[in-house]
Amino acid sequence: MSEGIKKFMFMNTKAPYGTVYALESLEVVLISAAFDQDVSLAFCDDGVFQITDNQKTDGSGMKNFSAAYKALGDYDINKIYVEKESLEERGLTMDNLMKLTYEDEDDDWAEKTSMYLVTRAELADLIDEQDVTISS
Amino acid sequence: MAKLHIVNKSPFERNSLKSCLGKSKEGSTILLIEDAVVGALKGTVVADDLSSAIANKNVCVLGSDLNTRGFTEAEILDGIKIVDYAGFVDLVAEHSNVQSWL
Repeated sequence: MSEGIKKFMFMNTKAPYGTVYALESLEVVLISAAFDQDVSLAFCDDGVFQITDNQKTDGSGMKNFSAAYKALGDYDINKIYVEKESLEERGLTMDNLMKLTYEDEDDDWAEKTSMYLVTRAELADLIDEQDVTISS
Repeated sequence: MAKLHIVNKSPFERNSLKSCLGKSKEGSTILLIEDAVVGALKGTVVADDLSSAIANKNVCVLGSDLNTRGFTEAEILDGIKIVDYAGFVDLVAEHSNVQSWL
């Protein structure tokens, strides 16, 4: 890894819409992508609800920002960890989530998944590897 | 006359749903709105608590808040009624008073 690049993990732990944490965190993530750092995202606890598929906000009048997660791949953010236990506690599986992907420039721009299902213990290891963790 | 209890926080993050279920009487109505709507999903760690409540209380969820979070009627527990904004107003009008659990 080059000098000056740090490992940043954004920990998303809150449900979207009821509070502004999810939207604010997403905006910081997109800004951080401009600084050429090694950025990853983790979704755990109620944070897993941020990336559910088929969010429809026309009834509630809320701003639907879920599509912006699909742009993360274009910002070279392609390490997105989802905690298995958090899904299970909420009756969810990966099938309930959006399919977040990126195009691999080293492999003829093949579309690949950005999402990794990890256990709580594996997430603890990933957190331990980080230089900076930003929780919301 | 029965009370309307409104819960708006996720049961996975706060204790308000559990608190409401324990301190509401039979025949009362419990309405889940905002982040609380995810408590209505099938297969969660709070599903058993909610299923017991459905047996003797009127449990409802605000449909637009459910759709906002990516879920529909198919994914919520049997016995939970979906209401729209007009139904929300009707519930307020039909009950003697309203208690919000924050």
